[in-house]
Amino acid sequence: MTSVSMTVNGKPVSGDVEGRTLLSSFLRDGQGLTGTHVGCDTSQCGACVVHVNGQAVKSCTMFAAEAAGAEVTTIEGMANADGSLGTIQQAFQDYHGLQCGFCTPGMVMSAAALLAENPSPSEAEVRHYLEGNICRCTGYHNIVRAIMAASGQEVPAVAAE
Amino acid sequence: MHNFELVTPNSVADAVSALSGEDAQPLGGGQTLIPTMKQRLAAPATLVSMGGIAEMVGVCVDDDGVMVIGGATTHAQVAADASASYPALAALAGQIGDPAVRNRGTIGGSLANNDPAACYPAGTLGSGATIVTNAREIAADDFFQGLFETALDEGEIITSVKFPIPEAANYQKMLQPASRFALTGVFVASFAGGVRVAVTGASNEGVHRWSAAEAALSANFSADAVPEAPSADDLISDLHGTPEYRANLVKVLTGRAVAAAG
Repeated sequence: MTSVSMTVNGKPVSGDVEGRTLLSSFLRDGQGLTGTHVGCDTSQCGACVVHVNGQAVKSCTMFAAEAAGAEVTTIEGMANADGSLGTIQQAFQDYHGLQCGFCTPGMVMSAAALLAENPSPSEAEVRHYLEGNICRCTGYHNIVRAIMAASGQEVPAVAAE
Repeated sequence: MHNFELVTPNSVADAVSALSGEDAQPLGGGQTLIPTMKQRLAAPATLVSMGGIAEMVGVCVDDDGVMVIGGATTHAQVAADASASYPALAALAGQIGDPAVRNRGTIGGSLANNDPAACYPAGTLGSGATIVTNAREIAADDFFQGLFETALDEGEIITSVKFPIPEAANYQKMLQPASRFALTGVFVASFAGGVRVAVTGASNEGVHRWSAAEAALSANFSADAVPEAPSADDLISDLHGTPEYRANLVKVLTGRAVAAAG
């Protein structure tokens, strides 16, 4: 076991990890941040997406020790300081961008990464960017609508490519 | 996954030293290796992370007009930083996997793994690039040696890759949407000295050049000049496509790449 330190949602944290400890395990089991979901554990589904130094990564496919010294943001870090929902989270609620909710943390984190890179994406660009996030309810239309709304753009009435 | 010791060196020299230990393996972005280890198909005693080696990260064009990409540079960084000097290669990098995978996966990791359906081997072979390691320089034509096989020795690290920049180039990828690898992909590059055509996701032997198309396109760089589809013998057969389907894709994608390259 070695000790690893990083900043998670603005707070310095540290913990003992094995070489094989995944960042997702460090966040969920070590820090109790269970908002980061592990869906497939095979790098396919994107439910575990968090930001490491501002970049979206699949936390089930990165070792915790590789995030030493990094700034990590999880879904728990997306709310406003007063605890109210952040813009993207609120848009998911307003546009019913979730059904079972399991993929939602990853969807929100990917959406945040997209909007940081491209503040006014087209609907096609939103769909393309989400190719690494799988919604097993297949509720993609409302997820896309929510992200369009969060970007401050007109929301397509019927989402379709 | 079995446990292992994770070493995070800051220099190539320290990484080489760490890799001299028994059963030690380099770790690039881990986007293939970590899932492989979860399945217990790989169980190294030591993993040596390339992620903290600053000298292995970055994209630049040297005085001879050759693009040099550090071995630990992510696909996302190549997609962004190579777009002005070598847009076809940047576009290839920007089509790998998905955004989160591109933020971790590295060019060195992809080339060292040499997956038979990966994109980078096609861009590297198609460009006639040179793979630079801690020990030597290896021409792409000598580097790829079949399914998941390369010329790399144990403990040898890809520190950078040198890409001559062609006059025109393009990569066409028929996406396998579940894996986001290429079902089949073709990279075409036109240099003053001739045309190179590299094919991935088609042969059981992995990435390879299509010499008949290279000859035809070197004489006439036009989509009309693409020859008939290559033989389907020894092409990959799986539930996604027959050898004949892949052979036809090679022809069609080559034509599209030439048309798009202009």
